[in-house]
Amino acid sequence: MTEHYLVLAAILFAIGGLGVLIRRNVIVILMSVELMLNAVNVTFVALARQHGSMDGQVIVFFVLTVAAAEVAVGLAIILMNFAQRKTINADEIRLLRG
Amino acid sequence: METELLRWIVLLPLLGFFAGVFAARTNRPELARFTGPAVVLAAFVVVLISVGRLWSLPADGALVDKMFTWIEAGPLSIDFTFRIDRLTSVMLLIITGVGSLIHLYSLGYMDHEPDVARFFAYLNLFVSSMLILVLADSLPVLFIGWEGVGLCSYLLIGFWYKDMNNADAGQKAMIANRVGDAAFLIGMFLLFWSLAQVGTASLNLQSINEQAPLLAEKLPWVPTVVCLLLLIGATGKSAQIPLYVWLPDAMAGPTPVSALIHAATMVTAGVYMIARLSFLYVEAPGAMDVVATIGALTCLFAATMAIVQDDLKKVLAYSTVSQIGYMILGVGVGAFAAGIFHLMMHAFFKALLFLCAGAVMHALHGEIRMSHMGGLGSKMPITAKTFLIAAMAIAGVPGFAAFFSKDMILEAAFVSGHTLQWALGLIGAGFTGFYVFRGYFRTFTGESRLDPEVAAHVHEMPRVMTVPLMILAVLSIVGGWIGLPFGLLWGDAIGHYLSPSLATPHGHHGHPTTGTLLFLMTLATAVALFGIWWAWTLYAKSPQLLETVYARTRGVYTVLWNRYWVDELYDTLIVDPYKRTSRFFWKGVDAVFIDGLVNGVGAVVTWNAGVWRRLQSGNVSHYALGMLAGAVLLAGATWLVLQN
Amino acid sequence: MTLFWILACVTIPAALTVILHRNPVYSALALVFTLFQVAIMFVALDAHLIAFLQIIIYAGAIVVLILFAIMLLSLEPEEPGDGRSSLRAAGWGAAALLGLELVAIAAVFPDTPAAEKPLPEGYGSVAKIAERLFTTHLLPFELTSVLLLVAVVGAVVMARRRTGP
Repeated sequence: MTEHYLVLAAILFAIGGLGVLIRRNVIVILMSVELMLNAVNVTFVALARQHGSMDGQVIVFFVLTVAAAEVAVGLAIILMNFAQRKTINADEIRLLRG
Repeated sequence: METELLRWIVLLPLLGFFAGVFAARTNRPELARFTGPAVVLAAFVVVLISVGRLWSLPADGALVDKMFTWIEAGPLSIDFTFRIDRLTSVMLLIITGVGSLIHLYSLGYMDHEPDVARFFAYLNLFVSSMLILVLADSLPVLFIGWEGVGLCSYLLIGFWYKDMNNADAGQKAMIANRVGDAAFLIGMFLLFWSLAQVGTASLNLQSINEQAPLLAEKLPWVPTVVCLLLLIGATGKSAQIPLYVWLPDAMAGPTPVSALIHAATMVTAGVYMIARLSFLYVEAPGAMDVVATIGALTCLFAATMAIVQDDLKKVLAYSTVSQIGYMILGVGVGAFAAGIFHLMMHAFFKALLFLCAGAVMHALHGEIRMSHMGGLGSKMPITAKTFLIAAMAIAGVPGFAAFFSKDMILEAAFVSGHTLQWALGLIGAGFTGFYVFRGYFRTFTGESRLDPEVAAHVHEMPRVMTVPLMILAVLSIVGGWIGLPFGLLWGDAIGHYLSPSLATPHGHHGHPTTGTLLFLMTLATAVALFGIWWAWTLYAKSPQLLETVYARTRGVYTVLWNRYWVDELYDTLIVDPYKRTSRFFWKGVDAVFIDGLVNGVGAVVTWNAGVWRRLQSGNVSHYALGMLAGAVLLAGATWLVLQN
Repeated sequence: MTLFWILACVTIPAALTVILHRNPVYSALALVFTLFQVAIMFVALDAHLIAFLQIIIYAGAIVVLILFAIMLLSLEPEEPGDGRSSLRAAGWGAAALLGLELVAIAAVFPDTPAAEKPLPEGYGSVAKIAERLFTTHLLPFELTSVLLLVAVVGAVVMARRRTGP
């Protein structure tokens, strides 16, 4: 039973990763990241249940919190960038170019 | 006998060198004008004291001053020790005595020279190096002095270095010396190695001399090879064939330098070295024959070039080469004492000749071509008279210095069977008389060919210059009386004095008959007087004959005037290929290959960096891809691990 | 078990919609849907409190924020031909590979001997989680509060910069 959830979580993670790589719209990229995080949460909860331990759920608790903070800050950055450069196309944000 | 006195002989001039450097740096020429001559005079005094002590010892005694242990490396042990025996004493008296006179003379000669402090510094350094050379107790220490005088020669020849010709002359001297020095070093190494094989490994001169017979017995080829290598070194330092070419060019230096270095001292180092190692040389008769032949050949060869020179100093330069040829001939036939005797005489009259030439040059504001001189005798009487005395000495006029020494050498050559060398030396004596009196007549007598405005200012030199001339003139007359033939009065005093220090060759012939000796002496004198007479005829009595003679001998004259094209020969055979090789290594190897290699490394690094730089696109998606790729790899690894 | 298969068949298409739909608003809505499915998964796995929190925080706050941002920026639907094709291909390849590997790992993940161990009393309840948070994991709990503070301050600072003095 646990393996089923693990496989599902793996697929969701891969889908999220695909989204990060394929899409140009940074907000959609952010959403894909959230998808990946959720997949990880599922993995943790499933394994916690398998071992009968609460620790997995506590970890998920923290992941939830941090994800919220991260989205807040990330959106703030995206909005600031849009204000400067009028774009949310990931390809056009290249200040770190070497 | 141990003493701590000897080191002062060297240290005093060395202190003079430092004082001179200080004076030059702080622009105090008067300081150097005092210390320069003072330290050499002081050294002369110490020499007198030391020699006095030496004379209180038995005939083979010596004064020794061990300063410190220099090298201790396995079997090689060299102490920095000074030693005076009878041979050394003669050299020391010459170096410090004649040296002092020349230093005093220089005070007058260099009176208008702004750089005089540097001059005296170098001159003092030279004197101390030469003293190290003769005081050395072992070959390496001798070599220090040997190199030191070579260095100072270079520095002093190129004293007025701003003129490229002077600098080139100094360089030529250095390089020619270097070739000789290389041979000297190889000889020294071979000697040490072979002594290690057969006896006690040591480079101490006494030890070498003592072990020479043993060496000759066990490794017979070694003495010959070593002596030949050392001979090459001597030809460099003493300007013999084939390495004499630097000495004529060395006349670019100030005249006191020519007098001291290229007449009395440095150029005699080769002769001294051979005499010092006489015990080794007598074990190598083949090498000694080569020595004698080179000496005789050089004697005549140089004399022929001296007769056509216009530059008075060049005449004296070739004369030096020729006279040293006599010394080398002397030691080559086993007459070591005779060679040293002539060395001493030569120091007197050659230094005197050079100082006179310097006086003339000084009076004529730099003119040294005899074709622009003439009739100076009336205006510079002391210079003219002393020059004449020196001329008679060098020519071998009976009673004057070289009459006795040159005779002794030629005699020894004839008696020991070296007839060819004797003949060459004899003819050389004729040329000697000719060229030196040609010099005298052209310079001091006859009509004046002077530049009019120069002529107006010609005057005799101040006393600080003329007194040394007079002293040397006296020595040129009486100096020879220490070696009288036929056992007259005290006989061959110099020979007896030196004999404990010098070897006698094997198979030494008995004393020749008085009749033979008288015959040889008369012959030599006759040849010399003929040379003088011929010079007098051409240059004093009937100058009109010059045209006829010249017309008849055009071909020979050209050869001599061009100095047998020896310099040109060396240029083509050695210098040009060397330059070509250097150029090849510079342009071909260094610029192309090595620079290419080094720059190539840099280029590869830069190219590589350029490739990897593309990884930094700034595009976050690329970075995300990278991260994911890494995750892929990690997941793969995890799966593999879990499989097991 | 049947619950699981229903969930699977619903969640995966929803997730694909999130990443593949051109219109970001539709993506956001699909995301909400996916997050709801995940919450149901949590319930099925006896993580009741977590399920609540998932809905409150994720669906309630985060996606709302995202929608705010999308609306604020009045975005045009993205053109499908954007981006370099080589990158897209690499992206597909990498993601596919990763998915395969993770599935493989999951498939061979070792089971604990008793596959269905009886769960402890109050598993997944508020009390149990609270007990953990305030004892073993107290430090991360406190630090998380600091983290949230930092995030809020950072967001405010960034928004303020334009209109600063």
